[in-house]
This record gives sequence, C-alpha cells and structure tokens, in this order.
Amino acid sequence: MSILINRDTRVICQGFTGGQGTFHSEQALEYGTKLMGGVTPGKGGTLHLGLPVFNTVAEAVNRTNATASVIYVPAAFCKDSILEAANANLKLIVCITEGIPTQDMLDCKVICDNLGTTLIGPNCPGVITPDECKIGIMPGHIHLSGKVGIVSRSGTLTYEAVKQTTDYGYGQSTCVGIGGDPIPGSSFIDILRLFEQDAETEAIVMIGEIGGTAEEEAAAYIKSNVTKPVVAYIAGVTAPSGKRMGHAGAIVSGGKGTADEKFAALEDAGVKTVRSLAEIGEGLKEITGW
Amino acid sequence: MNLHEFQGKQLFREYGLPVSTGFAVISASDAVKAAKKIGGTKWVVKAQVHAGGRGKAGGVKLVDTLDEIENFSNLWLGKNLVTYQTDEHGQLVSSILVEDCTDIKDELYLGAVIDRTAKRIVFMASTEGGVEIEKVAEETPDKIIKVEINPLTGAQPYQGRELAFSLGLKGDQVKQFVKIFVGLARLFKEKDLELIEINPLVIKSDDNLHCLDAKVVVDSNAVYRQPILAEMRDESQEDPREAHAASWDLNYVALDGNIGCMVNGAGLAMGTMDIVNLYGGAPANFLDVGGGATKDRVVEAFKIILSDKNVKAVLINIFGGIVRCDLIADGVIGAVEEVGVDVPVVVRLEGNNADLGLKKLSDSGLDILSANSLSDAAQKVVNAAGVKE
Repeated sequence: MSILINRDTRVICQGFTGGQGTFHSEQALEYGTKLMGGVTPGKGGTLHLGLPVFNTVAEAVNRTNATASVIYVPAAFCKDSILEAANANLKLIVCITEGIPTQDMLDCKVICDNLGTTLIGPNCPGVITPDECKIGIMPGHIHLSGKVGIVSRSGTLTYEAVKQTTDYGYGQSTCVGIGGDPIPGSSFIDILRLFEQDAETEAIVMIGEIGGTAEEEAAAYIKSNVTKPVVAYIAGVTAPSGKRMGHAGAIVSGGKGTADEKFAALEDAGVKTVRSLAEIGEGLKEITGW
Repeated sequence: MNLHEFQGKQLFREYGLPVSTGFAVISASDAVKAAKKIGGTKWVVKAQVHAGGRGKAGGVKLVDTLDEIENFSNLWLGKNLVTYQTDEHGQLVSSILVEDCTDIKDELYLGAVIDRTAKRIVFMASTEGGVEIEKVAEETPDKIIKVEINPLTGAQPYQGRELAFSLGLKGDQVKQFVKIFVGLARLFKEKDLELIEINPLVIKSDDNLHCLDAKVVVDSNAVYRQPILAEMRDESQEDPREAHAASWDLNYVALDGNIGCMVNGAGLAMGTMDIVNLYGGAPANFLDVGGGATKDRVVEAFKIILSDKNVKAVLINIFGGIVRCDLIADGVIGAVEEVGVDVPVVVRLEGNNADLGLKKLSDSGLDILSANSLSDAAQKVVNAAGVKE
C-alpha cells in the first residue's frame, strides 16, 4: 500500500516533448514509472522517447487507459492543461510548474473539486512511492521503500527529510510535495487524511513554512483525526515580516503566518516538532521508539 | 507587485469608482499648477511611496495655500520617506499626488484579498475605517464583515447589499456601495490583483461615498499578461540588490546578519537561515540559486551576497538532487576564483556525487571548508564568521 500512486499507476505527461517534460520523463522511465505517453498539441501521432504522443488528453486517456497526468507546461498554459486533464476524467493531476497566476488556481481548484479530481501542486516536486512510481522532479535514488509518509510545501526540504529517513533505515511509504503556492491543489489535511488511512504508513513527517495558516489547520486536524506519530518542521523562523521568501506563498503578512505560531499550534496538537531541519530523523526515532 | 496610490486611483477611475480629482506630479512647480487646475482653496498633498503609514510619517498634508504645496513638494521630492512599514532607509518619493480636499463625515473600510483558506477572493468591510485593519481584526474581529466570491459566478449585487446594510448604509448609499463593490470585484479579477484596500472609504458631508485611499497589489505571477500594470512598476521602491538578483532569476532577500547564505530551493534556503540562527549565528540574506546552480549563477550569487559589506563568511548549502554535486563544485570553484572571494566559504554538498564534489573542493587549494552534514556546516560557518569560538 501507499497513497495516491503505486506500481499500477498509468501516467501521461502534458508538455511531453518540451525540455523539462523530456528530461523528467526519461528519469521517470528509468525509475520504473508506468509512463504511457504524452500530450503535445500538434504532435499527435508521433513517437517521443519511444512512446506515443497525442494531441489531446482525452485521446491519450482513451488510448492508454492512463489514470494520472503530470504537467510540465509553462505557467501561462497550466490552467488550460489542468482543466483539460480534469475534464478528461483523470483523477490525479500533478502540476510541477512554478509561477502560475493565483487566480488561475482559484478557477482550477473549483473545477477539480467539482469533478472529484485530486490536484497536487503547482510549484512542487511531485509525488513518489519508492520503488513503484515516480511522478515529478525529485531524485529517485535518495528514496527507500518504507514506512514514513512525507508531506511538504518545499521541494529541497522534502529531499532532506527523505535522506534522513533513508539514512535511518525507515524509508518512505509515499512522499508528496504539495507545493509552495498560496493556493495549492491539495492541502496538508488532504494528504494527512490519506496517510492516516494507509496501512503501510506508520509515521508522518510534515514540513511547513511561513505564510498562510495551512499548518495551523493541519494541527487542528491532527489533534482530532490523526493517530499516527507526526514529526513537523517549519522553515522560516528567521524570515522577516512582509518579505516573500522565494515561494509565492511564503510570506508573513500583517504579523500572521509566522513560524512560531505554526510551531505552537503543532505542539499544542501533540505533534513532535524539531527546530533544526537536520533533526527530522532523530525526532522520528524519538517518538516512534524505532 | 505594489502600485502607487495614484496608479490605484487611476484604475478605480477606469472602473467607475468615485475618487478625488488629482494629479501626480514630479516637481514643485507642477504641484502648484495642479492645485490651480483643480481649483478651490483646500488641497491634500500626498507623498507617493509604496509603504503604508505615510500620514503618521508626515508624508500627507492638508494645505490651503499654494506656498504650502510648494514647500511640501520641495521637502519630499527626491527624499526618502521612512514609515513604520519601511526599513530605516525608507522609500524614495519620486512623485506627489495633489488632490482636492474631501469633507469627511465618517470613515469606513473596504478591502479584498485572495483568502488562502477559503480559496476564494474575499471582500472585507468594516465601520472602523481609517485605522490599521490588522488591529481591528485582532481586537474586534466581529467588526469585520466578509463575503466570499465564487470564481464561477463572480461577485453578485446581493453580496454588496449584504455588506452595505451591515455597515449601516442607507438609501442611495447602498446603491453607491454596490456599484463600488461590483466594480472592485471586476477590477480585482480582470487585472489579476492579490489585494485591494480602500482605507478609508469615506462618507462625505453630502452623504455620498468616496474612495479616499487606494492600495493595490498585483499578483507578480500574472504581470506578464497585464502589460499596462507592468508599465506601472516602480523599481525605485524596491531594494536594488533584490531587484538585481531578480533580473538573474535569483531570489534574494537582504537581512541584517553577517553570514551570507547560498542555497538551492526556497524552503531549504529558509531552513539554512534558521539552522545558522540555531547555532548562534545571524544570516545576512535569503538566497535561492535554483535547481541549476551553474557557474554563472553562482558567480552572480556571490557578487550579490558580497555586495553586503557585513558578510563575514558564506555558507553554500546545495542538495544536488538530479544535478550532480561535482558539477556544482566546479561552479563554486570557478566562481570563487572569478569573484575573488575574500571571506571564508563553507560548503555542504549532499546528494548525487557529493563525495566527488567535496573532494574537488578540498583539492582546489582555495579557502573553502567542506562540511559533512548540515549541522556541521552551520557550526563551521558560525565559527568562521567569528560570532562565537
């Protein structure tokens, strides 16, 4: 078991023939992901990386029985790509692209919710179930199949958590990057719910950062709904107010969204927090007794 | 991306919202001309900077002679205005808005933001206008009334009426308010905004509604499709180092410590600042070099970090996922040689080919300390900066 994706997940790639799409599709194939083909309007009928290219997502789904899509198209076209995938009845869409206008995401979120589509991202590394399926830009080789579920707003911080859980020998059930944008397709709560239900996930690592109140909402959810041990780290204790720290969503505004508030909310919910990102593995060891 | 008040009001005017007659000027003589053109005997002069809190800082003045207008303009044009929202250097006043004076009977608040929890554009209104809305939200949250806009339908007049009646508006004011509300919602959507604030939205002595201030923030991710707004960008209001970094696609934010940080990934860059802080050091900056971390970008990142004279040591923290760490090491070595870095550099490389990368660094003969873990790196750079022995 795992969440969202496994060895049976059949993936298509939107923006397949572009630079990013090509590079990361090669990596995914090498990892063993069941990549069925891709979509590039106007290039339908050709082959790319030995796989079929389709003009539309609907056609790709029809012909390959794909169940998930990964999107590498430029930000300006992502709304179009997400809506095309959602309307082609794909139930999982992973959007890697950074820089999508926020109001485009408001529209996408409403439509995906209405259609029952799970959208991961944008502005995220993607999702990986080690040894089974890799959808996104994360380095496959640092992962180890195992028992920790990881959910994070940041790409490279996810890799840090992955490396530590690998070094400790715990491994990961599934790792989900929900992305650094103000309006993510899936929230911490959406993913925590799945980890709680997943038999293979024995503990959860949650990595948040400054800005918004998603961590506080997750803390409240954990308090009443999550029975598995959770370790949390929040980045941005030293970030100044009013400045956007790289990610569109990472900003303390009007004194709200600070790391201290988030740490406090998580601690109140019984979550084990670590103040140093180097101590995620140690924190897990401490609360699980592994 | 922030707009100036006069630019916000220009947008308001386009969308049929009631704003004062006014002109933005860049010289004292033009300020006087503007006042004459507006006519009357009372005017308001307002220094145009992006930060709020201008009134308390002396950047807004009610005047009744042309001499005062000239003096105010000479006082502020070309100077920096320091408010509680700016740093100690303040922001450059490159223009002044001269407006006719409004007789105020009451002050309200009307604003709109993209609410991250609701995942909607949310309008907020309050009878507590003219004060900081964050303070109202903190102390008397029940005095803020909210409505959410469904992206599929857009703002509806009934939502405007709901707000208007809750604010205690009467008769024609309700109609005026609904017109303002619907206009703002259209403006918000069509111009890809992330925030609008009218604080205060005033009731004039003749009982009509009037937008006295305009704070408008544009979604930076959407500026590419808003060419008119893109032209409104005023780089003089931005930190020059941050603007320069942005032109290289580097995310840089200046802080006041002495340990320069160069990291790949925004989250890891924050995490690196935090761990430096945990070990008793003070980060001098946030800097995300991005996934590539090629020599050119590392060179530029070094130049930006070292342009801050407080920097006593630099920590490079790279998690080379798909990128090979030995290539990153080549970039760092090339950059250190090219830039002539004269402070200690601590490097932590993790991931693909990390060992080879570290070996290259130690063989380079340069003053580069390699670290074998994140904690080790933080410890080493804090020591190198001389914060503690």
